[in-house]
This record gives sequence, C-alpha cells and structure tokens, in this order.
Amino acid sequence: MERDNPPAEKPAYWSAYVAGLAIGLTLILTYYVMGHGVGASGAYTQLAARMLETEAPEHAQTNIYLRRYLELGPLSQSWIVIEMLGVLLGGFLGALTARRFQFQIERGPKIGEVDRLLFALGGGISVGFGSRLAQGCTSGQALSGGAVLAVGSWLFTLAFFLGGYMFAWLVRREWQ
Amino acid sequence: MNGPLVPNEILTPEIGLVFALVAGLLFGFFLERAGFGSARKLTAMFYFRDFALLRVMFTAVVVGAVGLLLLGAVGRIDLSMLAIPGTYLWPQALGGLLIGLGFVVGGYCPGTAAVGAASGKLDALVFMIGIILGILGFAEIYPVIYDFAWSGGMGHETLPGLFGLPSWVIAMLIAGMALGLFWLAAVAQKFATKGT
Repeated sequence: MERDNPPAEKPAYWSAYVAGLAIGLTLILTYYVMGHGVGASGAYTQLAARMLETEAPEHAQTNIYLRRYLELGPLSQSWIVIEMLGVLLGGFLGALTARRFQFQIERGPKIGEVDRLLFALGGGISVGFGSRLAQGCTSGQALSGGAVLAVGSWLFTLAFFLGGYMFAWLVRREWQ
Repeated sequence: MNGPLVPNEILTPEIGLVFALVAGLLFGFFLERAGFGSARKLTAMFYFRDFALLRVMFTAVVVGAVGLLLLGAVGRIDLSMLAIPGTYLWPQALGGLLIGLGFVVGGYCPGTAAVGAASGKLDALVFMIGIILGILGFAEIYPVIYDFAWSGGMGHETLPGLFGLPSWVIAMLIAGMALGLFWLAAVAQKFATKGT
C-alpha cells in the first residue's frame, strides 16, 4: 500500500548484492551441514498431504502422489517443514526489527483489494501446480540446484524468468 | 570437520533438524532484508523498474557455486556427496513457466510468500493457500500426466558434465553472465524509468 508520508526512520532494504551474498553463504552452510540446499515447496506438499489425510483419509491413501509424502513421517520430523517454520520466524523477525511489519493487502493503486486477493489465489495455484511439475521452486531449483550446477535447475530458472516476462504485461495494472 | 556433516555422520540427523530451524531463520531474515516480503518489489523487474530479484538471486547462486567449489578444492567438503536435483527437461521447463506466470500474477514464490505473510501481508497468506490448492490439484491429475511429469529425464546431470568443461570454468562463465545481466538490468532500468 502506498503511503503519502512514509515514516522516514524506517530502515531501508539491504543492497541486493549484500542480501545475495548473505543468502549465498546460508546456502553454502546448508550444503556443508546437510549435503542438500534449502527448499520451500516441499514443505507445502507435506502440509497438503496431511491436510488431505485429515479431511479424506481413504482418498489420501489411494492418491499415488501424496501417499509418498505421508510415508515420510510426521511433519515435526521433516527437515524442510522445520526449515520453513524458520523462514516464517526469520521473516517475522526481519519485518519486526525493520519496523516493516504491517497488516495489509499489498497492491498497486489501480486494483481493488478483492481483485488483488483473487489474483494472489490464482497465482498461488499456478505456482503450487508448477512446483510439483518442476520438482521444486525458486528455492530448491533456482537457488539450491543452481549452486550445484544441475542442468534441470538452470532450465527451470530460464523458464521462470521467461514465464514472468511473457505474462507480466497482462497483469501490469495489478502492480503499476 | 569435513562436510557434509550429517551425511558423514559427524552430526546426527536430530541435530540436522535443529539446524533446519537455524537455516530457515537465516534464509527468511535475509529474504526479508532483500525486500522480498513485498510482492511489488519482487515483481518490479518484470516491469524494468527494480532488478533486485535478479541481482539477489544470481549473486546468491554465484556465491553458493563458487563457495562450494572452493570448499571442495581445499578438501573441507566432499562435493560428490551433495544432492544434485534430477533433470526432467519438459516438466521442469513447463513448471518453470507456470511458476513465472504465477509469480507475476500472485506476486510471490513459495519461500517469499512465507516471508510476506510473516510481514503481515494478507495477499501472501492467500497466495500460500493457493499453493496448497495447486499441489492438491496436481496430485489429483498426477496419474493422467504421469508420463509427461517424468519426461526428458537426464539423471542427475550437471552443466560441467553436459558441456564437458571443468566445474570452475562453468562457475566463472555463470559469474560472467551474471555480471552481464546486472549491467543489462541497469541499462534497462535507466531507459524504463526515464521521464517518470
């Protein structure tokens, strides 16, 4: 939400290169300790599998895709689920200490709140579906797979930016 | 101590789970500091206004790749033990396109949506619900698209393997490409914001 008078004392974002360096070092540390990188969409998938199991246990057991995720054990023992809890906590602490925490619906000046939320839902659906097709998202593929020079991860990154530029014009009124 | 520590049984998987929280905390905090709890900041590069997404992502990948190669060269980490994501050309290309589409429409990706929601953004929370729905939808039609979902398989192929070049050459080429893109981004931004 655009404000007429943004509080002047609000700390600015870090330089993109400093933030990139910090994330790169986090990535190295994660590979050094775990032998794998960071991820995000895998945690959503485990959560989706558990939600389906709670709502429709028989259906979940016959679903050949999500059944594999149920066999991974409880959410509390899952590396990527705990990591994503850390991301939530880290993001919260970051927003709080930068005095950026604010309940809001972020949108451009030309779009209503309901429309913005519908776009968010639709975009999320596309990302959720795409993340399963690609076996990872911008965290697991672009960042982690990219750093270990995996072919599919670099193809993914290329397709991600291509997809963004292909469709950005269609939704420009949402942001500008 | 030679990494990777948990696979080498220097640390237990239980400590690995504690480390998961630490890694996530760092990742989430740095994403927030990059400005990636904001959908408008994240999507701005697709309108040539602010290329933070490109700069942060490529800086992180280059630092990660070069850092791992250096650690491997001095024998601190066994690079052959690192998990390489499998390559499946067609689903990864289409999946990347769909995530690019969903990113400009919804404003986030799975990791940054969590940071956005943790910053108080209701749109990010709704985006997260969308991700769950998209995954459930994928799981429903998975048997139908099974063949496509595993097509173009190349095993755990890497760029050095594909091009027959040493890893450090590939890493330097990627670093050079990143610098070129940063320069291009600066030029594009200058033209796009001219007169506004």
